[in-house]
Amino acid sequence: MADADELERPAPPPAPPARDWAAALGAPSPEPEAGFLGSALYEAGRTVHNKRIDGPFRRFKWAVMVITLTIYYATPWLRWDRGPYAPDQAVLVDLANRRFYMFDIEIWPHEFYFVAGLLIMAGIGLFLVTSAVGRAWCGYACPQTVWTDLFQHVDRFFDGDRNARARLDKAPWGVAKTTRRLAKWAVYLAIAFWTGGAWIMYFADAPTLTYDFWHGTADPIAYATVAILTGTTFWLGGFMREQVCIYMCPWPRIQTAMLDEKSLIVTYKDWRGEARGSLKKAAKNPAKYGDCIDCQLCVAVCPTGIDIREGQQIGCITCGLCIDACDRVMKETGRPRGLIDYATLDQCKAEAAGAPAQPAWKALLRPRTFIYFGVWVAIGAGLLFALGTRTHTDLTVAPDRNPPFMLLKDGSVRNAYTLRLRNMEARPREMDLTLEGLPAGAVMWTEAVSLENAAPAQTMTVDANATMVLRAYVMLPPGTEGDDDGIPFTFRLTSRDEQRESDAQATTFAMPEDD
Amino acid sequence: MTTNKIPASAGGRIDETTGTETVGHEWDGIEELNTPLPRWWLYTFYATILFAIGYMVLYPAWPLLDRATAGTLGWTSRGDLAAQMRAADAARAGTVAKIAATPIEALPADPQLMQTAVAGGAAAFKVNCVQCHGAGAAGSPGYPNLNDDDWIWGGTLTEIEYTLTHGIRWDAAAETRSNFMPPFAGSFDAAQQSALAAHVLSLSGKAKASAAGAQMFADNCAACHGAGGEGLPAMGGPALNDAIWLYGGTAADVKAQILKPRHGVMPAWQGRLDPVTIKMLAAYVHARGGGQDPAPAAPATPETEAAKVAAK
Repeated sequence: MADADELERPAPPPAPPARDWAAALGAPSPEPEAGFLGSALYEAGRTVHNKRIDGPFRRFKWAVMVITLTIYYATPWLRWDRGPYAPDQAVLVDLANRRFYMFDIEIWPHEFYFVAGLLIMAGIGLFLVTSAVGRAWCGYACPQTVWTDLFQHVDRFFDGDRNARARLDKAPWGVAKTTRRLAKWAVYLAIAFWTGGAWIMYFADAPTLTYDFWHGTADPIAYATVAILTGTTFWLGGFMREQVCIYMCPWPRIQTAMLDEKSLIVTYKDWRGEARGSLKKAAKNPAKYGDCIDCQLCVAVCPTGIDIREGQQIGCITCGLCIDACDRVMKETGRPRGLIDYATLDQCKAEAAGAPAQPAWKALLRPRTFIYFGVWVAIGAGLLFALGTRTHTDLTVAPDRNPPFMLLKDGSVRNAYTLRLRNMEARPREMDLTLEGLPAGAVMWTEAVSLENAAPAQTMTVDANATMVLRAYVMLPPGTEGDDDGIPFTFRLTSRDEQRESDAQATTFAMPEDD
Repeated sequence: MTTNKIPASAGGRIDETTGTETVGHEWDGIEELNTPLPRWWLYTFYATILFAIGYMVLYPAWPLLDRATAGTLGWTSRGDLAAQMRAADAARAGTVAKIAATPIEALPADPQLMQTAVAGGAAAFKVNCVQCHGAGAAGSPGYPNLNDDDWIWGGTLTEIEYTLTHGIRWDAAAETRSNFMPPFAGSFDAAQQSALAAHVLSLSGKAKASAAGAQMFADNCAACHGAGGEGLPAMGGPALNDAIWLYGGTAADVKAQILKPRHGVMPAWQGRLDPVTIKMLAAYVHARGGGQDPAPAAPATPETEAAKVAAK
């Protein structure tokens, strides 16, 4: 990163002293306050009052916000009919019964690899997105970004735009300010409560839980979860905001390691913009000044309060609002757009050297993005294949190891097995359990079916959405030939419905040593 | 660059590349920039210090030579465990009372309760019984296998519970199950011994029948083992006509047992284990696969017996 930066700007112009724009705009002084050792113990807080801006990226952010928040708040209320034995909530994480429902897909604990696969896809998807379009996740889709954006709109609604908010911040506490603040915080709290409240709906039947919640009969965990999430949303969205991105979140750190000179980033084209000068100065001496008129609008609209002209930095979430701002200024001043734009460092370098500007999408076409995409698609295809071929009948067999076999009075030999019969359909099903590969005369009985009814096959009903644990005994008549290695055979479970689903499990019938 | 620069806030310099002030430390030309944490972070750090102080006052914290400081709340991990055990006992109390109130022969009528009893018995078995009967209750020579269908003293729930409660040949228990096989050493010569052993083995088809042996068996053994060697559970006479041999099933083993019988001992568990645990153990042993059902309460009449035979 640093190297790329150096390459791109071999002779950086002397940077202005940090954050002097803030003083220029009348923001609270960011100078560290002196601690007892003469040095600063902490950096003074500084509230970002970002200015309203309109443009393609702002509208895109609006669209993403509406879509993501709608998904988050509305999903638990979607219904999905699964019959009388399963919940009808479309998306439900049923921790109590250890089931995960997502529309037509039902995941059992033993199928957790689907969830693991989805998590791996999400991880590689972030790699893919980062290698292709940089920190697009941070800029548009991250919950912290979406809720911060939402809360900043609340600020704007109650306190006005940038300058009015900064003024109000500095104003002494009076009746008017207090009233406004309380009203604003009440809206913060309402959003936060709604956010926390929506979360728990994913873990229980939403209408029932809502009723229970307001009647005080819901589980204490529900109230605690809502309280914690309300608190964190209120605090992180209402007050911490960009501090989360800059100080708390590991993802910006990981991304700085993943970005390279071919990654799309939001960048200020300093070779075109420098030296900065106001319109008046530039009019007097056009040769000396670049396109940047130093209007500070890119800084004013930034939701994390950075100056993009200082180059890449961890505070930049690449939301593109500064592009909207700068494009507007460039249009008003009759200059070409794109002084601040999505570009790769390589593209910037080429442009600085005189090459024509490349469309940003060309940055996507490179081996790294294709390899990530290939891996991502391969995992997804594997998961879909596994999902499509899985059956809803499953059998596992654990033979008793101690004792491995049992000699009975009449000389017949008995083995015991612990079977798990899994019925993943949302209805009770009759299933046939049969023995395959044992000599004639082999019979089987279970705890439920006594020895008198021992037979080569048994039929049982497995409850809907349940695993039936069964102890089964298999007996061979006296005089059956066998050796110390035992007789390999197979338990087969077959559903009696029209699906005729079947699962088989190989095991061994242990025999006594010949004497 | 000079070393030991005074702090920037006291008149130090601003680093040109980053625009950040330096703290004044310099090592071989590398300087440290002053990038302080935000205030909320610092206060969070202070809060953790306060938490730690409060924790040290309230909970055991400082190690001493033979213990640690107690903490004003009086919390201990042992006390915590004891409280959890009490809670678990309290949670089980209803089931325990239910098992205590249910006669053992009525347990199977309540499958849920029976299942609980079997599970509890399995746990108690691992503590009290595996030393002789083995982890899988499969026994070993001299120690009966509890999985099979051969029961010297009877294999119904009631009989197993009685055996557990009073033991076998356990002198300290007044009602212990007891019998005694006399040693026949000196009573028979070698040929007679072989003939008798051959007859015993022939009962289960393991040797050819011997007329002399059969006569000796009828005279000496049938009283306890039954005329056909079918055993007499009421007085603990083991069956000799099956495939199961507690002390070995070869001719030499059988001869040794005739001449100098061994007598197993099982302790009485009454007084050591509470009645509910004994009941659960009986349920577990019965559920190992060979448990017997009690005979029908009404004595079978000849007609019904005949009907059964006809049905077969």
